[in-house]
Amino acid sequence: MTAIENTFTLDVPSSTANLAIIRDFVTRIAAQAGLNEVEVGQLELAVDEACANVIEHAYGDDKTKQVMIRAVFDEDTLRIHVIDTGQGFDPTQIPQQDLKDLIAKRKTGGLGMRLIKTLMDEVTYEIEPGRKNELRMVKKLRK
Amino acid sequence: MLALDGFLDAHTAPEFEKAIQDEIDADHLQLIVDCSKLTYISSAGLGVFMGFIEELRERGGDIKICGLSPKVDQVFEILGFHALYDIVPDVPAAVQRFTDAPVKEV
Repeated sequence: MTAIENTFTLDVPSSTANLAIIRDFVTRIAAQAGLNEVEVGQLELAVDEACANVIEHAYGDDKTKQVMIRAVFDEDTLRIHVIDTGQGFDPTQIPQQDLKDLIAKRKTGGLGMRLIKTLMDEVTYEIEPGRKNELRMVKKLRK
Repeated sequence: MLALDGFLDAHTAPEFEKAIQDEIDADHLQLIVDCSKLTYISSAGLGVFMGFIEELRERGGDIKICGLSPKVDQVFEILGFHALYDIVPDVPAAVQRFTDAPVKEV
């Protein structure tokens, strides 16, 4: 029997003002997919971090661009794809720096990808700079 | 003392950053951040805590963080903030911590 897939898509202007809308979107889908409260919070944060990276780095705060979030779930997994057309920035290649070092260097970034990798079960990235970049994150549904 | 209410993400973090900067500019170096009404935080929010802590400690001050909900605390925990910041249950405990250990030793 083929598992039924539920697909949802949100396409929003690339502005940090829309992060709250993106979080609402994914938390409602996560709840419907059957994640518990803690897992919903984890997914909410991972998607926020991914989209904030796109808005600030891939698009360099260019508010005329669009960020697309696609959520697909079946019985086993909830998959979130964050899609942009910005410059080729591969968040999976960012070096993982120690928090103490970041503070000593007075740097404040670099934590988003660490959170995404910690919170999600699988993280992959497909990159075609200027055309289409897609960060794919998977959360397994434990039943 | 600064009290956070609502969510702290990449959109709202600059406002929090300015509020801390204003305190430092006024030579208020012993800051308590009450997070009891904070419903959500992302790394952009945590970055604000990171950006000022060195300067504050060098000048004999500190940031004491209190009132974290379990959901918000989980994010501090994942990134290892508990080792580097004084995180206490509530405002009275934060005041007490400034008496006991004005600058956290890390």
